[in-house]
Amino acid sequence: MAKVSMTVNGKPVTADIDPRTLLVQFIREHLHLTGTHVGCDTSQCGACTVHMDGVAVKSCTTLAVTADGANITTIEGLAHGAQLHPMQEAFRENHGLQCGFCTPGMIMSAVDIVNRKGANLDEHTIRHELEGNICRCTGYHNIVKAIGDGARAMGAQKHAAE
Amino acid sequence: MYSFTHHAASSVADAVKSVGEGKYLAGGHTLIPTMKQRLAQPGHLVDLNKVAELKGISDNGSVLTIKAMSRHAEVASSDVVKKAIPGLAALAGGIGDPQVRHRGTIGGSVANNDPVADYPAACLALGATIVTDRRRIKADDFFQGLFTTALEDNELITAFEFPHADKFAYAKFRNPASLYALVGVAVAKRGSDVRVAVTGAGSDGVFRWTDAEAKLASNFSASALDGLKASASGLNGDIHGSAEYRAHLIGVMAKRAAAAA
Repeated sequence: MAKVSMTVNGKPVTADIDPRTLLVQFIREHLHLTGTHVGCDTSQCGACTVHMDGVAVKSCTTLAVTADGANITTIEGLAHGAQLHPMQEAFRENHGLQCGFCTPGMIMSAVDIVNRKGANLDEHTIRHELEGNICRCTGYHNIVKAIGDGARAMGAQKHAAE
Repeated sequence: MYSFTHHAASSVADAVKSVGEGKYLAGGHTLIPTMKQRLAQPGHLVDLNKVAELKGISDNGSVLTIKAMSRHAEVASSDVVKKAIPGLAALAGGIGDPQVRHRGTIGGSVANNDPVADYPAACLALGATIVTDRRRIKADDFFQGLFTTALEDNELITAFEFPHADKFAYAKFRNPASLYALVGVAVAKRGSDVRVAVTGAGSDGVFRWTDAEAKLASNFSASALDGLKASASGLNGDIHGSAEYRAHLIGVMAKRAAAAA
C-alpha cells in the first residue's frame, strides 16, 4: 500500500491505496466522484480527462501515486454551487451532447483549451485541439459550437472580473 | 495490471540506486497502457515525476539542452526551444494529443525507442547527445533497433543536447487513429552537412536516408529530391500501409521537411 495526499476540487484528501490504482479509479471509487468517466481505458477517448496542476490529463493513464501532492480538478469542481461554469452552460445551451458519456471529458478539455489558447477560438482550432477526445455519437458539431460560445463567455467573465 | 511496489525518487542518484530489477516511470503514456494490457509487468516502479534535476530547458547559444522529464507541451511552448531550434518545438507540438503532451516526456519517448515515435528522428538528424547518469551517448550509437537502445539495464537518461542547425524541420504523415507517425522525416542542415532521419517506417526503427542526404547536400531544396525513391526493403508493412506505401511517403515527407526547413 502507498499513502497519497492531493487536493481534489479544493479539498485535501489522503488515502492508503494499492500503487496500481489509476487516478481515475481513485477519483471514482475512493472519492465517489463519478462524473469523470472511463470510456476506452486506453488513453484514446478522453472521457477521463481531469485537470492536474492546471492542465488537462487522461486520468486513466496516470497513477494516483504519481498525483501525490497535485492539485486535481474534476467536472464536479467547475460549477459554483447551483451556478454552472460558463463552459457547462454553453454545452447546455448548444445541446453539445447526445448520450452525454464523453461530456465531462469534453468540458474539461474545452476549459483547458481556453486556458491555453484564449477566449477567441475559431472552429479549426477547436477541432484540432479536441484530438484527444472522442464522441462516439459523433456529435461534434454542437460540441464545437458549445466550446466556441463557452470560450467567449469565459473571456467575458474574466474581463468583467478585471 | 499486475501489482508492483512504487518509489517516488527524490534525485537521479536515488532513482538509479533504487530501481533494481524494476523500471523507471516517466510520463507513463507508453508504460502504463502496456502494464494495463499486461504486456509489461515490472515488480517495482521508480517514479521520476518529482525529480527536480530532470526538469528544465536551457540554451548556451550553440547547444540546446532539454532535461529528460520535460513534457512534450513544455518543449512545444518553450521560447528557448522556439528560438534555438523552432522545428523541434513544432515536432513536440505534433505528438499525440494535448492531454498526452501534458504528461509524455522526451526522456521516456527516446528511452522506449518506439519505431513510430517522433523524437528519435530529431535526435538522429540533429546529431544529439543523450546524457545519462553515467556517460554521454551519441544518437548515432544510441538507437539499436525496435525498442532497443544503448542504455544499460538501470541507466537513466538525464538530458538531451541538441547542437543548433542552420536548418531543421520534421514532417510526418500521421496515422489518424493512433496519431503516431506512419512515416516521419527529420531534415537537418549544418554547413555542408545534411542529415535525414526517418521514423515510423523502418522495421529496425529510426534510420538515416543517406541517398537523400547526398542530394540535399548539393542542393538543399525539395526539388533536389525529385525522382529519388526510398527502397521498400527493410520497411514495415501492416494494415495501415504496405512497405511500398511507406517508401513513397518517405519521399513525400522528406520533401515537405526540406521545404519547411
